[in-house]
Amino acid sequence: MRALMVRSIGPGVTVQDLGRAGLLGSGLSRGGAMDRLALYEGAALLRQSPGLAAVEMAGFGGVFEASADMRIALTGAPMRAEIDGKAVAWSASHLLPKGAQLSIGPAVLGFYGYLHVGGGFDTPVRLGSRSAHLAGGIGSAVAAGDTLPVADDPDPGVIGFGIDAEPRFEGGTVRVLCGPQTPLFADNELARFAAETFRRDTRGNRMGVRFLPSGAPFKSEVGLSVLSEVVVPGDIQITGDGTPFILMAECQTTGGYPRIGTVLHADLPRVAQARPGDTLRYEFVDIDKGMAIEAAARKDWQRPSARIRRLVRLPEEIPDLLSYQLIGGVTAGDDLERHDQ
Amino acid sequence: MTSPDRPDARGPSWPRVSPLGSDGVLVSFGDRLGEPANRAALAFRAAMDRAGIAGVAETATSLASTYLRLDPALEDRARVLAEIETLLADRDWFDAPLPENRRLWRIPCLFGTDRAPQLAEAAAEAGLAPDKAILSIATTRLRVQTIGFAPGQPYLGELSPEWDIPRQTQLTERVPVGALCVAIRQLVLFSVSTPTGWRHIGETAFRAFRPDAQDPFPLRPGDEVLFEPVTANDYSAIEASGPDGGARSESLP
Repeated sequence: MRALMVRSIGPGVTVQDLGRAGLLGSGLSRGGAMDRLALYEGAALLRQSPGLAAVEMAGFGGVFEASADMRIALTGAPMRAEIDGKAVAWSASHLLPKGAQLSIGPAVLGFYGYLHVGGGFDTPVRLGSRSAHLAGGIGSAVAAGDTLPVADDPDPGVIGFGIDAEPRFEGGTVRVLCGPQTPLFADNELARFAAETFRRDTRGNRMGVRFLPSGAPFKSEVGLSVLSEVVVPGDIQITGDGTPFILMAECQTTGGYPRIGTVLHADLPRVAQARPGDTLRYEFVDIDKGMAIEAAARKDWQRPSARIRRLVRLPEEIPDLLSYQLIGGVTAGDDLERHDQ
Repeated sequence: MTSPDRPDARGPSWPRVSPLGSDGVLVSFGDRLGEPANRAALAFRAAMDRAGIAGVAETATSLASTYLRLDPALEDRARVLAEIETLLADRDWFDAPLPENRRLWRIPCLFGTDRAPQLAEAAAEAGLAPDKAILSIATTRLRVQTIGFAPGQPYLGELSPEWDIPRQTQLTERVPVGALCVAIRQLVLFSVSTPTGWRHIGETAFRAFRPDAQDPFPLRPGDEVLFEPVTANDYSAIEASGPDGGARSESLP
């Protein structure tokens, strides 16, 4: 059996795919990767399905060892990564040779990093998905000493590519649709919500993330007394203390706090990747514009080939060879961080 | 549509259809919980499932609304919305029959003791002696009004009016799986261990979520439940008997 052995691991690391759709009526939210775009980017780098499971790392990675030669890709929040002590590029695919140690340190920007393997992780499928759903009692966090089975890789030769990751690792503006409870907020509260800047709080996890307003707390016309309704990832609850709490992949399925609107799927990776202190703004868009943004994002996520490049450039393609640092055919690993800044 | 007990006779008209996110539609039948609105939500979801409208990917209900998730890549959203509106206008959902294939469950419950320490407190809130409180709950045939918040977790109602007690302002740090908790004329049978503001009055060995079982979510919205009081002694044996926790079920006509 091909496998990745876990020598040490950060907190909150789980196996995630695109989650379990269709169980909302049974009280189980879809779950799956917090930054779904990262799954698509990993799939593009390894030329495989975005539905394959990857390891999601919440701010810090771990040390892994391959039981056999395998392809890996690293996506999402850029983290310091080394293979046997040599820095390797993030947002890129590499060969992890048998016995080599892959060491992934803290995130340099953003929060959730992803480790993909050629063929995908082959952990047990439960209720149609490999995703751990800790809030729902499915699966568990990855622990030191675990052996993560890896499926056969049908395409082991495709290796050494990079992708220009879509910038989403430092907060920014997210687009919001009005929902059934938006009218519970007065016009001046909505205007203030769209004008203010919000700072990502330290409270946040796979269920939801809290943001602190720069001004006064927000309140609805009806206080907190709304009837519990179906909630979905992206919903912005205004909780008892007047701060917005954005529901994320592993949220509960019903909620009774008034919701001011819903963040588009296209912008949820930006919410997921904000880390404490990063700032976010909300821009209300109408349903037609929202649908157009979602459609464009789906197209871009599913066909990111324009953003793929070969990681190691051929010498004849490089006009000024001497200006490049060539460290064993590997970049220093911070090129994308510079790209993002 | 003129049910006399429509929950919102004074307010704006129901049902209301509104988008929820870019790929969802919420059909609300009221802004307060009541038997007609809950019945309407369950019946409309069942009708949507029967209609099988192309482009509707998933349906769910909460206490008084039906949620429809649409295929995100839908090209003709307007057509799907029109078909939903047509079905919605088809009848008065507030007096529609409940979904078919419902079951009546009898679930053994250990009320009070140190296992469910808030029975006396909740009974006092309801103005009842503890034994009368147990009797009141055990003799009320409850409906699963919705499954939600956590996997398989039922919200059951409606208890008699004296049970219209508020949730606690301070959360209980953690109730165990199987805890039976009360507030606002409803009971929750917890499927996960979690903090809660609902008062913990009973314990059952019934598991409402069984991720690896053939039927992971044994209870369905619309099912009915009777909680049968058992002694601490009997409960020990029931606890050892498996995830049904001694529950029995039968089909409802």
